[in-house]
Amino acid sequence: MTELLLLALGASLVNNFVLSNFLGLCPFIGVSRRFEAAAGMALATLFVLTIASGLSFALWQWVLVPLHLEYLRTLVFILLIAGVVQFTEIMVRATSPLLHQLLGIFLPLITTNCAVLGVALLNVDRQHGLLESLVFGASAGAGFGLALLLFTALRERLDTADVPEAFRGAPVALVTAGLMALAFMGFAGLGAR
Amino acid sequence: MNPAALIVALLVAVALAVALGVALGWAASRIEPDSDSLVERIDALLPQTQCGQCLYPGCRPYAAAIASGEADIDRCPPGGDATVRALAALLDRAPRPVDPAFGAPKPAQVAWIDEEKCIGCARCLPACPVDAIIGASRHMHTVIAAQCTGCELCLPPCPVDCIELRPATATSLRYRQSRAA
Repeated sequence: MTELLLLALGASLVNNFVLSNFLGLCPFIGVSRRFEAAAGMALATLFVLTIASGLSFALWQWVLVPLHLEYLRTLVFILLIAGVVQFTEIMVRATSPLLHQLLGIFLPLITTNCAVLGVALLNVDRQHGLLESLVFGASAGAGFGLALLLFTALRERLDTADVPEAFRGAPVALVTAGLMALAFMGFAGLGAR
Repeated sequence: MNPAALIVALLVAVALAVALGVALGWAASRIEPDSDSLVERIDALLPQTQCGQCLYPGCRPYAAAIASGEADIDRCPPGGDATVRALAALLDRAPRPVDPAFGAPKPAQVAWIDEEKCIGCARCLPACPVDAIIGASRHMHTVIAAQCTGCELCLPPCPVDCIELRPATATSLRYRQSRAA
């Protein structure tokens, strides 16, 4: 139990996938303009990450390892993630067309969110079990969502702030992301193993 | 690598792709029934003012209500008789005038803020269904004419009555038609 808690803490805060591993930066910058869209993106990524890490573990454990096809893992995981993302898109389109419109191209782009593939590969490398894989995936998704929502709130404030001309738009967003990464370094040592 | 291992690898990849494809196709046909496309087609005919005069929160919920038979087609004053005729043609029903209980048909209009009088209270911002008002607390507000639908929902919250409706210009009308198309 403590083990799982530490795993969750590590994946969501200490080694936050966006701010300390620099994975998943594309949606982090791309979908952080409006809070509603960011919240939808955070939820969709959390869903995809959890499902994909569970399924990729099952595939690894019961298909790839018994058949000695370990070298196929990148290909197979990408295929699996694409399928889960497509399923999520069908779900979102059916349940909330407005959210589907807000997320636009970034929903299918979860496929290329390297945090998702990163979690699947890390699960295999660290020899996590099924439960550990699910916890790792869900907390990585939660950490991604937390960073994305905080960043979006900051950027909405920045829209009305008087930013020097040279820094408007992407530069000040990247500076903000850097400062957030510095702040998240404060979690280093929390539950360290 | 021996040929058998290669064939197994190929089979696994192909089997996974086929399994995912079948699962997705099944999910798509289960989750999205055909009535959704009817809602889409009705929604495309509505004026997208999101004004709520039909007593539904927006055009899409009203479209869903029409599709399910819950509401009649005569509840849209901003669309006027043209919208009712188009809906009647789509749904194969008899056209009728807009029910006056939901408001009188009006020409297309856009909101305009008198910036001399605006005190920057920001109360009109959450009322706008299409986020067409720019502004922040203690800053003067203004309306993006190209996005305003003329729904009048920003009028009641304004404490100084500095918002008025003016006839729509050609630009804003073009935008609205491109949305509806």
